[in-house]
Amino acid sequence: MATNAFKKIYTHLEAITKATVSLRATGVSNDELATVEGRLAQVVKTRGDLVTLQVFAGTEGIPTNAEVSFHGNPPTLKVSEQLSGRFFNAYGQPIDGGPEVEGELRQVGGPSVNPYKRRQPSELIPTGIAGIDLNNTLVSGQKIPFFADPDQPYNQVMADVALRADVDKIILGGMGLSNDDYLFFRHAFEGAGALDKIVSFVNTTEEPPVERLLIPDMALAAAEYFAVDKNEKVLVLLTDMTLYADALSIVSNRMDQIPSKDSMPGSLYSDLAKIYEKAVQLPDGGSITIIAVTTLNDGDITHAIPDNTGYITEGQLFLRADSDTGKVIVDPFRSLSRLKQLVQGKKTREDHSQVMNAGVRLYADAQNAKTKLENGFDLSDYDLRCLDYAKDYAVELLSIDVNIKIEEMLDTAWRLFAKHFKPEETGIKQVLIDKYWK
Amino acid sequence: MSTKGKVTGIVSNLVTVQVDGPVAENELCHIQLNCTDLLAEVIKVNGDKASVQVFESTRGLRGGDTVEFLGRMLEATLGPGLLSSVYDGLQNDLTTMTGVFLKRGEYTDPLNREKLWDFTPIAKPGDKVIAADWLGEVKEGWLPHKIMVPFSFKGGYTVKEIAPAGQYTVDHTIATLTGEDGEDVPVTMTQKWPVKVAIKGYKEKPRPQKIMETGLRTIDTFNPIAEGGTGFIPGPFGCGKTVLQHAIARQGEADVIVMAACGERANEVVEIFTEFPELIDPHTGRKLMDRTTIICNTSNMPVAAREASVYTAMTICEYYRAMGLRVLLLADSTSRWAQALREMSNRMEELPGADAFPVDLSAIISNFYSRAGMVVLNNGQTGAVTFIGTVSPAGGNLKEPVTESTKKAARCFYALEQNRADQKRYPAINPIDSYSKYLEYPEIISYLDGKIEKGWVEKVLKAKTMVLRGKEMADQINILGDDGVPMSYHETFWKSELIDFAFLQQDAFDAVDGLCPLERQKYMLDLILDICGRHFEFSDYEECRAYFKRVINALRQMNFSKWGSEDFDKFHTQLNEILSENGN
Repeated sequence: MATNAFKKIYTHLEAITKATVSLRATGVSNDELATVEGRLAQVVKTRGDLVTLQVFAGTEGIPTNAEVSFHGNPPTLKVSEQLSGRFFNAYGQPIDGGPEVEGELRQVGGPSVNPYKRRQPSELIPTGIAGIDLNNTLVSGQKIPFFADPDQPYNQVMADVALRADVDKIILGGMGLSNDDYLFFRHAFEGAGALDKIVSFVNTTEEPPVERLLIPDMALAAAEYFAVDKNEKVLVLLTDMTLYADALSIVSNRMDQIPSKDSMPGSLYSDLAKIYEKAVQLPDGGSITIIAVTTLNDGDITHAIPDNTGYITEGQLFLRADSDTGKVIVDPFRSLSRLKQLVQGKKTREDHSQVMNAGVRLYADAQNAKTKLENGFDLSDYDLRCLDYAKDYAVELLSIDVNIKIEEMLDTAWRLFAKHFKPEETGIKQVLIDKYWK
Repeated sequence: MSTKGKVTGIVSNLVTVQVDGPVAENELCHIQLNCTDLLAEVIKVNGDKASVQVFESTRGLRGGDTVEFLGRMLEATLGPGLLSSVYDGLQNDLTTMTGVFLKRGEYTDPLNREKLWDFTPIAKPGDKVIAADWLGEVKEGWLPHKIMVPFSFKGGYTVKEIAPAGQYTVDHTIATLTGEDGEDVPVTMTQKWPVKVAIKGYKEKPRPQKIMETGLRTIDTFNPIAEGGTGFIPGPFGCGKTVLQHAIARQGEADVIVMAACGERANEVVEIFTEFPELIDPHTGRKLMDRTTIICNTSNMPVAAREASVYTAMTICEYYRAMGLRVLLLADSTSRWAQALREMSNRMEELPGADAFPVDLSAIISNFYSRAGMVVLNNGQTGAVTFIGTVSPAGGNLKEPVTESTKKAARCFYALEQNRADQKRYPAINPIDSYSKYLEYPEIISYLDGKIEKGWVEKVLKAKTMVLRGKEMADQINILGDDGVPMSYHETFWKSELIDFAFLQQDAFDAVDGLCPLERQKYMLDLILDICGRHFEFSDYEECRAYFKRVINALRQMNFSKWGSEDFDKFHTQLNEILSENGN
């Protein structure tokens, strides 16, 4: 980052921690950027003339006589059509060898949309995956994370979803991506010939963790440019938000804040909400949809990060390896799309919501039967039929390798019901049974 | 001359100000940033340093910036035109703001100052009045909106003049009152009230007398909430908290509904103001939006205004209660408010209580719940504020400070359960853990005796016991196996499943099943208890299961059919046929 020659340069640090430095300076504004010994930093606290800066790249090797200069503005991004097809780092600098982007300078992490100016999301985003389209239908303007253990193929599923979704722009915000995953996304996007509608902001594991804190704001500033200025449908992919939250906790810890649950900062909910709530359906047709990844520790969703996320997002998609079929499935119990009723039966066939509920309820019965089996009890005829059904259901509908149209998913479900059950066992409304029972 | 100050410290939205004069706790101030004024509230004073929480982003604020204290606390503006409005936490009208994005320091008037209201006087010159007495009335939509002696007036007044019936703006002087000191004071249709102070101005606050219908069987029958009562809904995410709250908002039997969206999703608020103008109030046949006010501080809006939003909402409720109306306040979610308190307490470096929440959390919550209630007004009429708050317990664990504090304060507990939600048994209110203290109130018992039938509560308790028995049987069956228990265990278990599937579960999205009036609830409960009272003969548990599934299916189809329709009768007949096959 270039320093401004007319700005005063400070050369004495009062305190240094692993993530922050403090110095005496005047006329400094809150959230303003600074350069500390060539590294980018941001003002996070002022007390009298003592200013604390969060140094994104870490403070290793920074001496007490480091040169500090203030930029006079918060983090910014240059926005224009030139962003398309480009790869940037957390500071918005190109990492693909291309030229700097020319465009209007915008502050990142800007204000919220007036809730009254929002429109109700109503456009379905089909993905071909029945575990999503049938049971947890996505809607434009929605925000939803994948909850997945680190060993699950969440990045692949996310790339599939992004490339199948009918959107104008895809913006990838990669936080703590391994270099392999970064290259995976690059190849997946290039291979699909979709590179020109993709913008990527990437922080890999090789880069300092605190830098990640800038990624979502950068990605969403670009998303707002396309959605608000250009009225485009934008899909933002954020992976992995758990690593983002970890970076938050590092900074708050270095600032001596009292941690709340799971040593996360007390403001975790608000910090995450500021990002996810950027998802919006705008009045003029533009929209921002956010699909994120929150990795779990051994499926534990009570940890503060997934827990707070779940309260903010409009549902979650839960990936799980199904030992009965050897498939990775979208778990129908723990997954939920809160906006699904805005499109189910409205943009899809009338039987959608009842078929979905019946399918999941019968799958739950199969789980009960499985528990009985594991406990060594005899199974009833119904239990056995449930177990058979569960296998078909997992392979033909829940598995993430399914790629069919929604009508086909509904027909498949009816076929499975008829194969294994009597109409009254499904609990579906009689009028629908009369019409669709196969 | 008002007190001024200079910014000396900034951590996120906590700003320290060096002041040059007196300041009050909770006093408001403006921090000048370039050309905009950021509103802030004093939360702590130490020497000449005041800590203020800023209701806006503090980006760009500098040490040395000027602060001007306003000499008043955060107030709500009260008057005709509150209904159908969409406000932020500080009661700015969101509908009149320009631009897609919220602008810092943009404050809009809560009331329309130009609109003319049809005023009819109630008081006459010479009448002796005190605070909260009714002076006149305007029609706010269909609702008789009373113009009252401002709540802040102390002592007795005599009406000197009152405006004749006619059309006036809210700022027009509609009455002149003479105080005990002989001084004349003008009264308009609007007044202000500090949101953190409860509005009194009523004669007494008796125990609740009746229940508030919601059309939800699991609430109205199993755990009814009283008019003027308090309840809370804790539950992990994804258990249907929002769907349940919206159902209560749509169907709750109240004149006015205030929804405080506190630190929750913006799209949920969008759903309300998109759908409510289209939906019809089942009790009056009018548009739902006509009786609804929305206060929203969504999760990405400034954190400090979250606390303000619930207080602003409660103040508006108390205002309508003083008109003799039944008001329902829904706050989603009080945990977000508690978290806002935690963030601030943390920045002030206070010693934390459990889970880093402030130590006075419990006191703050119970103080807030105590503002609900039924009241007898000065003129003998009654009004009520019923309050239902949701709680979002971290990790779904109910042993956390916000849930525990709320449990002490609220009288109804609707425990949403992950397990039920996983099985799509909606509403996912656990019938065993949940409770309504109002079922123990003699006033409520005798009210239900009259409203539904004598001995109703006993009947409800009987049904509850059967559900509990069924759960015990299920545990036994799980331990001993289907074959390891007597046939009667299966029968008892399936009878409880019958109550669950055919009565407790309800499809909120179904046009018919979504709303179940008390009369229909009674009919179904009688029918179900009659079935549960029968003895059946089964040769094995398979047969038992299959039989009850058919009974449940017939009852569910009845729930989906219009009350008294041909379909309803058809499924009823079908049920009777099934019942005639077995049992006596």
